[in-house]
Amino acid sequence: MTIAISEQAPRRKHGFDYTKTVLYGFAAALVLLIVLPMSWLVYYAFVDKTGAFTIGNFYTLFSDPAFQEPLVTTFVLATSTSLICCLVAAPMGWLVARTDMPLRRTVRLMVTASFVTPPFLGAIAWELLAAPNSGLLNKLARSAFGLESDEHIFNIYSFPGLIFVIACYTFPYVFVLVANALDRMPGDLEDASSILGGGTWQTAKRITIPLVLPALLAGALVAFLQAMTLFGSPAILALPAGFHTMTTKIWSLFQYPPKPELAAAASLPLLILTVILLRAEHMILGRRSYSVIGGKNSDPRIIQLGGLTWLALGFCFVVLLCPVLLPYGALLNASFSRIATTPIWFDNFTFHNLYFVFFELSATKLALYNTFVLGIATATLGTILAVVISYLTTRQAVTGHRALGFLATAPVAIPGIVLGVGLFLSYTQMPLAVSYVCKSISGVPCDTFASAFQLYGTKWILLLAFLTLGLPAAYQQMQSAFRAIHPELEDASRILGATRLRALWQITAPLLRTSVIATWCFVFVGTIRELSAAIMLFTSETKVISVLIFDLNESGDLAAISVLGIIMLVVTFGIVALANRLRIGGSPVQIRNA
Amino acid sequence: MPRTFSRRDFVKGSSALTLAAYASPLRAAAPPATAITPDLIAAAKKEGKVVYYTSIDLAVAEKIGKAFEAKYPGITVRVERSGAERVFQRIGQEYASRIFAVDVVNSSDAAHFIVWKRDGILAPYVPQDVAEHYAPEHKDADGFFASFRAGMSVIGYNTDLVKAADAPKSFADLLDPKWAGKLIKAHPGYSGNVMTATFQLVRELGWDYLEKLAKQKIMQVQSSTDPPKKLALGERAVMVDGNEYNALQVKEAGRPVEIVYPAEGTPFAVGPNAIFKSAPNPNAARLFQSYCFTPECQQLVIDVGALRSLHPRVKEHAGRKPLREIKLWKDDAAGVEKTADEIKARYTKIFGV
Repeated sequence: MTIAISEQAPRRKHGFDYTKTVLYGFAAALVLLIVLPMSWLVYYAFVDKTGAFTIGNFYTLFSDPAFQEPLVTTFVLATSTSLICCLVAAPMGWLVARTDMPLRRTVRLMVTASFVTPPFLGAIAWELLAAPNSGLLNKLARSAFGLESDEHIFNIYSFPGLIFVIACYTFPYVFVLVANALDRMPGDLEDASSILGGGTWQTAKRITIPLVLPALLAGALVAFLQAMTLFGSPAILALPAGFHTMTTKIWSLFQYPPKPELAAAASLPLLILTVILLRAEHMILGRRSYSVIGGKNSDPRIIQLGGLTWLALGFCFVVLLCPVLLPYGALLNASFSRIATTPIWFDNFTFHNLYFVFFELSATKLALYNTFVLGIATATLGTILAVVISYLTTRQAVTGHRALGFLATAPVAIPGIVLGVGLFLSYTQMPLAVSYVCKSISGVPCDTFASAFQLYGTKWILLLAFLTLGLPAAYQQMQSAFRAIHPELEDASRILGATRLRALWQITAPLLRTSVIATWCFVFVGTIRELSAAIMLFTSETKVISVLIFDLNESGDLAAISVLGIIMLVVTFGIVALANRLRIGGSPVQIRNA
Repeated sequence: MPRTFSRRDFVKGSSALTLAAYASPLRAAAPPATAITPDLIAAAKKEGKVVYYTSIDLAVAEKIGKAFEAKYPGITVRVERSGAERVFQRIGQEYASRIFAVDVVNSSDAAHFIVWKRDGILAPYVPQDVAEHYAPEHKDADGFFASFRAGMSVIGYNTDLVKAADAPKSFADLLDPKWAGKLIKAHPGYSGNVMTATFQLVRELGWDYLEKLAKQKIMQVQSSTDPPKKLALGERAVMVDGNEYNALQVKEAGRPVEIVYPAEGTPFAVGPNAIFKSAPNPNAARLFQSYCFTPECQQLVIDVGALRSLHPRVKEHAGRKPLREIKLWKDDAAGVEKTADEIKARYTKIFGV
C-alpha cells in the first residue's frame, strides 16, 4: 500500500501533481501528531482559569519551593546518572568491541536485555531486592554479617537508590553508542599510529579516544535526557522517600483537584531543555562522518587482555547483575513465593500468584488485550509512516522532504509525560472547540459531530501518543536502511523497462524486508512498555499493562506485579529475538524509556 | 476502538453536567425497595457484565466479583480498583468527558457520595436488604447510597521487630524519637480511608500533631492497603495508619503483625455503594448493588475481607475485637467534603509529597 502511494509520486504528466498531495498529506498527519498537542500545552501554560493571558502560572511555580526542589533534584539526578552511565558503559563498550574478552556476544545480549527491560519494572524489582528492611539483599547481608534487625546496607528508597536504579536501565544507551563507534572505527589509523612507533597507550590517547569521544558525549547527553524525563522509577522510589522529581511533580499536579494550567507550565521547561540537549547532541554527532566504511578498511585492532581477562569478565558480570540478573531473579522469586521477599523454598512455593493474575484479577484480560492491540497498531502504522517518509527523504522524491524528515524526528524532543499532558488537554478540549466553531459557522448545534473528536477515553488517544513517541526511532531505522541501498539498483531495473512500482517491488522491497520487520519489532517493544504518556491518558476501559502494574504497586500487590512483569519480559524477549534473528543493520535502535 | 456515543447518552451526559454546574440539591423521596426478581436477573444477564469501581483491597474486590459471577452465571464483573481519591478523580475526569464506564461504585471516603448526589449523577435505588435491615444513619434518606462496609484505620506493628511491651499504644507514642525511620504511612491524596482518618486526626489532635509526625522520617506509601502488607514483609516496624481489615488478614494468615487501637480513639470510616444514572449496564448494576447488601455478600465481606458489616444479620468473627468494644472517632462525611482539598494541600506541604 505504501509502495502504491510512492509510486504515484514522480508521474507529473497527468496535470495533477501527486507529489504535493503525498507530501502535504504526510506533513499534515505529522503536524496533527506533534504540533497540535504542543500548541494546546503552550496555550494552557499561558492562560488563567478564565482563559485570559497570564504568566502567573510560571510565577506560581517558580516562586514555590515545592516546585524549585524537584527542579534541582531532577538536575542533580540526571547529571549523576549520566556520569555513572559513562563510567560504566565506556569501558564495557571498549571491552566488547576491542578486546579478546570471552563471552563478548553474551555481554552484548545481556545489555540488550537491560535495554528492553521496562525501567519501572526494574524499579519494582529493586524494591524487592533492596528495600532497607525486607529487601532480599539486605536480609542476606544481615544473616551474613550478623547485623541488627534494623540495620541495612542498601536503601533503595533514597536519592542515591533512585540514581542507581535509573542508571541501571540507562547505561545501555551509552554502551550502544560507544560500542558502535568502536566497531565502525577503521583500524588503519591505529595501525598507522603503531607503525610510526606509538605504544598501545599512546595510540589509545591520540587516536582511539578522540575518535570515540563524540559518541561518548552524545551518550552522556542521551542518558541525561532519559534520566530527566523518566516517570515510573521516581514515582515508585522517590515518593516513598518523600521527594519529587519534575515528572512526578507534573503528574501530581494532575491529581485531584487537577491544576492543568500549572502542569502545562511545568512541562514547558522540560520540553525546552530537551530540545536544547538534542541540538547539542546533534552538533556533537553531526561532525561524525558516515564514510568511514569503505572498501579498504582493515578490521579493528583487537587487544589481548592476557591476565586481565578475568578482571574484565568480573567487571562485566558485576555490572550486569544490577539491571538483569538480580532483578529478574527477584521477580521470578516473587512470582512463585507465598511471601514476595522470602526466597522460594519447599514450604512457601506457590502457584497462587499465577492463578490470581490469570483467573481472579479481572483487569488482566482487558489490559493484555489493550496492550497488544495498541502495540500491533502502533508498530504497523509507525512502520508504514517511517517507510514512506524515509523513502521520500532519502530518494529526495518530493520537494520539501527535509521538513518531513524534521517532523518525523521532532518527537524525540517531547518527553512522554509532556506529550501525555498535551494530548490530554487537546482531546478533552477539542470537542468543545469543534462544537463552538461548528456552531458559529453553521448556526446549528453540532454536538454529535463534535463528539467524534472526543478521543479521550478511547484507544485512539493512546495510539496517537505511542505513534508520536515511536516514530523517530522507526524513521531513523528505516532511513539508514534506505541509505544502505544505492538507488542505482532501482535505476538499473528502470532502465531495463520496469515501472517504478515494479522496481520497488522487485528490487527495493526484498532488500528492505528485514529492516521493516526489525523496525516493527522495536516499535512494538517500545510501545508495550510505555508508561509516562499512558498514565496521563488511560481510562478504565483503555488501561494497558504498564498502568496496571503501576496501580498494583500503589496498593502493594507485589506478587501480581511480578507475574505480569514476567509476562511482559517474555513477550519482549520473544519479539527481540525475532528481530535479532533478522539482523538489524545500521544505526543503534533507540527505545524510549517509559 | 472508538467509543461511539448515542444521542441519548450525550443528552444524559449534558444534563448531568448541567446539574453539576448549577448545583441544586436533588430532593426526592427514596424509591420503594427493590427485591432481586427473575426479571431483574434476566435483564442483567442480557447485559452480561457489570463494571465495579472500588477502593476496597483488590483481592477482596475480586473475591466478591467471583462470588457474584458464580451466583449469576453469564454476568462478568470487572473490578477497577484504585484509591478512593483516585476513583473520585477518575469518575470526575471521565464524566467531564462524557465517558460513562462505571456502573457501581464503592468508596471508603463517604464524602464523595455527597458530591456525586449533589451533581445529580447517581441513580436512586434501594435494595430490599437496605430497606429492611439497615439503620437510618447507614442509608441515604433519598435512596442514593447505603453503607456497604465499615472499616478503621489502625496503628500496627511487626511482632518480630517490636516487642508487645515496647509497642506504641497511642498516636502520641508514635512521636517518640525511637520510632524515627521505622514508621510507614499511607497518603490522604490517594486513600479515602486515610483521608477520613486524617480529617479525624486533625479534628482531635490538630495539624500540630502531623507536623511533629513528619519529623519522624516516615516511609510514605499511597494506599491504606499497603502499610499492613509492608508490615507483614517486615519492611517497617510500625504503621501509623492502614486498613484494619488488611492487618487482620495478614495477622490471621499467621504473619507477624499485631493491631493497636489507639488510646485517643480509632479513626472510623464507612464505605458506601451507589449506582450511576448513566450506568452502561443499568440492570446488572442494580442486581450487583442488591447482591452487595445480601447477608451472603456481607458475610463474605467479613469472612474474606475481614471488614466490618453494618448488616445486623451477619456474624462477626470470634477473635476479632467487636466494633462496640473499640473507642471510635466519629465519622463526619460532610466535614470531610468541606475540607478535603485543604487537607490534601496541607498534608503535601508538611510531608513533601
